[in-house]
Amino acid sequence: MKNEYVMGNGAIALGALKAGVNLVAGYPGTPSSEIIETISKYPHEGLHLEWSVNEKAAMEVAASAAYAGARTMVTMKQVGLNVASDPLMSLAYVGVKGGMVIVSADDPGPISSQTEQDTRRFAEFARIPVFDPTSPEEAYEMIQEAFAYSEKYHTPVLFRPTTRICHAYANIPMQEAYQPHAYEGFVKDSKKWVIFPRLAFANHAMMEKRNPEIGADFSASGLNTVWNKDSSVSVEKAVFAGGVSYAYAKEFLQEYPQVKLVKIATPYPFPEQFAEKELEGVKEVLVLEELSPYIEENLLKLAGRKHLPVEVYGKLTGHVAAAGENSYETVSAVLADFLQLTIPAPRGLSDAPNLPVRPPVLCAGCPHRASFYAVKQAMKGKKSYFCGDIGCYTLGNAMPLDMCDTCLCMGAGVTMAQGFHWVDEEMEGAAFAFIGDSTFFASGMTGVVNAVYNEANVVICILDNSTTAMTGHQPHPGTGRNMMGDIVEKVSIENVLRGIGVKYVKTVNPLDLEEAVAVVKEATGEKGVKAIIFKSPCIAIVKSDKKAVISEKCIQCGKCIREIGCPAIVKTDGKVTIDQNLCTGCNLCAQVCPVSAIQV
Amino acid sequence: MKKDILICGVGGQGTVLASKIIAAAAMEAGNNVHSAETIGMAQRGGSVTSHVRIGEASSPLIPKGKCDLLLAFEPSEAVRNLPYLKENGLVIVNSVPVKPTTESLQETGYDGTEMIAYLKKQCKTIAVNADELCERFGSSKYFNVILLGVATGSGELGLSKELVLAEIEKRVPAKFVETNKEAFQVGLQAACL
Ligand SMILES: Cc1ncc(C[n+]2csc(CCOP(=O)(O)OP(=O)(O)O)c2C)c(N)n1
Ligand code: SF4
Ligand code: SF4
Repeated sequence: MKNEYVMGNGAIALGALKAGVNLVAGYPGTPSSEIIETISKYPHEGLHLEWSVNEKAAMEVAASAAYAGARTMVTMKQVGLNVASDPLMSLAYVGVKGGMVIVSADDPGPISSQTEQDTRRFAEFARIPVFDPTSPEEAYEMIQEAFAYSEKYHTPVLFRPTTRICHAYANIPMQEAYQPHAYEGFVKDSKKWVIFPRLAFANHAMMEKRNPEIGADFSASGLNTVWNKDSSVSVEKAVFAGGVSYAYAKEFLQEYPQVKLVKIATPYPFPEQFAEKELEGVKEVLVLEELSPYIEENLLKLAGRKHLPVEVYGKLTGHVAAAGENSYETVSAVLADFLQLTIPAPRGLSDAPNLPVRPPVLCAGCPHRASFYAVKQAMKGKKSYFCGDIGCYTLGNAMPLDMCDTCLCMGAGVTMAQGFHWVDEEMEGAAFAFIGDSTFFASGMTGVVNAVYNEANVVICILDNSTTAMTGHQPHPGTGRNMMGDIVEKVSIENVLRGIGVKYVKTVNPLDLEEAVAVVKEATGEKGVKAIIFKSPCIAIVKSDKKAVISEKCIQCGKCIREIGCPAIVKTDGKVTIDQNLCTGCNLCAQVCPVSAIQV
Repeated sequence: MKKDILICGVGGQGTVLASKIIAAAAMEAGNNVHSAETIGMAQRGGSVTSHVRIGEASSPLIPKGKCDLLLAFEPSEAVRNLPYLKENGLVIVNSVPVKPTTESLQETGYDGTEMIAYLKKQCKTIAVNADELCERFGSSKYFNVILLGVATGSGELGLSKELVLAEIEKRVPAKFVETNKEAFQVGLQAACL
């Protein structure tokens, strides 16, 4: 077997391939997207691979395949699990035949997410097991175990890596040939596969009886481990950790090996017997984990029930921060305090010059910039609502565009614009929704139906850049490519809108400013639901070698800088210049310049 | 070998490629390697880092105060990440600043020179002007490889130039191999200045 240097997401993919997974479905989302991308790059003949339209679709596609005995995997980021929670909750009751692993990647920080939710809690809520790897190497082994446990207990299982595991690279074994798991096929049995209240009741009782058994199985499994146990360490103190916090703690304790380090890799059902054994004789325990005090609460529960004389320190006691991600530095500070050690402080920056702030921005030449600018120009001086959504175009909130009044969750812009309309029907301008093409397919379409049905007055701007840009440029139903490598019929956004019954549907090129502004003005003059499709590809998809140059005519008024905020336009030595490495020649600045000094 | 190398810059500058090349060369030399990248929102013009850990390591990120070599593609990013550098570690920095877009709207006069001066006061620093070094190639896209050349030439990378060059060659299109070799050479020489 040969080794591959891949990120944690790649390790998960290679582990699933090793387990002979038959079907993989998911929806992109940082930090999970590279799992499906990795599978597509390695031998997988006979496996069905798809980017589904959203997480709920992915979950359901994988569920029935698992009913048939196939091994299936679903991938998403943590908020995707909210979208897929309806099928998941019921699926937990119904169960599966083939192994089904749901990878839901958490994002402490959060670094690229709307929430700091904890998938371990979701597992507990849904009453299904969850696995929590502490390194890419472990993720590779553990995902294979996850399939085995899923099959052994006929239940879907969750697998939750966090950003630092997903995006960490390591050497992972890769098999030359993919061996698909052999499966029987679907055996009809409506008493088993059709959820009714009676079945739900019976299976609820079954799950509550089963879960402590899984906890005991986990206790004996060898997945939960103890490091640094037998050296001359304190027996009265112990550290419990999960996820990447375990790796930080281990790095620290390798230098200061004063206490044992207990890893909880299977948080739910909690491995009680294992934990109880490791608490023997321990008077103080420090818990290091991210997002929520899950392990901490379970140790407290255990200590309470068994009357163990142990103090438990962690998030609940304020020893560990309640929110945000842990780091080696925060973990080592807490550990030093716990072990009464003094450790050297890293270099400070208090005497350093002021560091520039670098908020992320839309790329130079991004068509979204032009779309926002056109709406801004058209609605100048008229009170309007600009409901944003999730994607690169959320960056339209930044100055100087400032075109994003709200952003909640995927698809929400379309429906929130309707709410603003209903509380301010007489507004002078209009209620706008901005939604990307991938987001439109994922969760925008039902919102449009809602608007048509309830007769809301809104303008829906679809920012169609022919890709899912924010998460790394994945294809979607409108792109005409899928993950099986097939060229397929493109699902036409325009036809979808017309089919729903939207009467006003226009497609414009946002880079033609005059035309785009005219269409926006025209649309706001109409009643009912209006849709404008701003169509121009993401600059990372269609490369351009055009460049804009500034001529002598420039009067240094700075309007291009103030109005559109393209990162390619900078002031050097007090003069407006265009960075030729960044410029894509989109021509927007040229249309803004009052003296036509910019030429592409 | 045990080495911690932090590569930092601004999203879009190509730090990821540099970290992949270093990691691959270190593996060719028989080391166990781990690395970690910034992926997500910050790739659109934000601050990005790549942590490369050569030898046994538990944490995917380099602990502050433990980094042997800080390879900075931009002066203020070098300062931002300075707390990672160990006591007598080395900073290799490109002195050409990347001004944030906020700078055009609200001038602070940031031009990188104050950062270089600060770095030189704090630690061993090799500052190179990658734009000038790139000039003879007529394109700034070689600046990556030039900085790899400087890092190799400084000796602090702990990897032979043959190894690093072989990894560069594997990753660039055939017609650009010669120019990349030259660019690497330019970097090697700049390290000795
Ligand atoms: C429920 C949910 N699933 C996935 C994501 C991750 N995500 C962030 S933006 C995005 C889609 C962006 O694509 P698009 O709407 O086409 O906009 P673009 O980035 O191309 O401008 C996704 C899937 C999320 N935030 N929430
Ligand atoms: S043409 Fe103007 S607006 Fe477009 S990328 Fe170039 S500098 Fe930016
Ligand atoms: S990646 Fe594409 S969509 Fe995202 S900001 Fe850049 S040009 Fe715009």
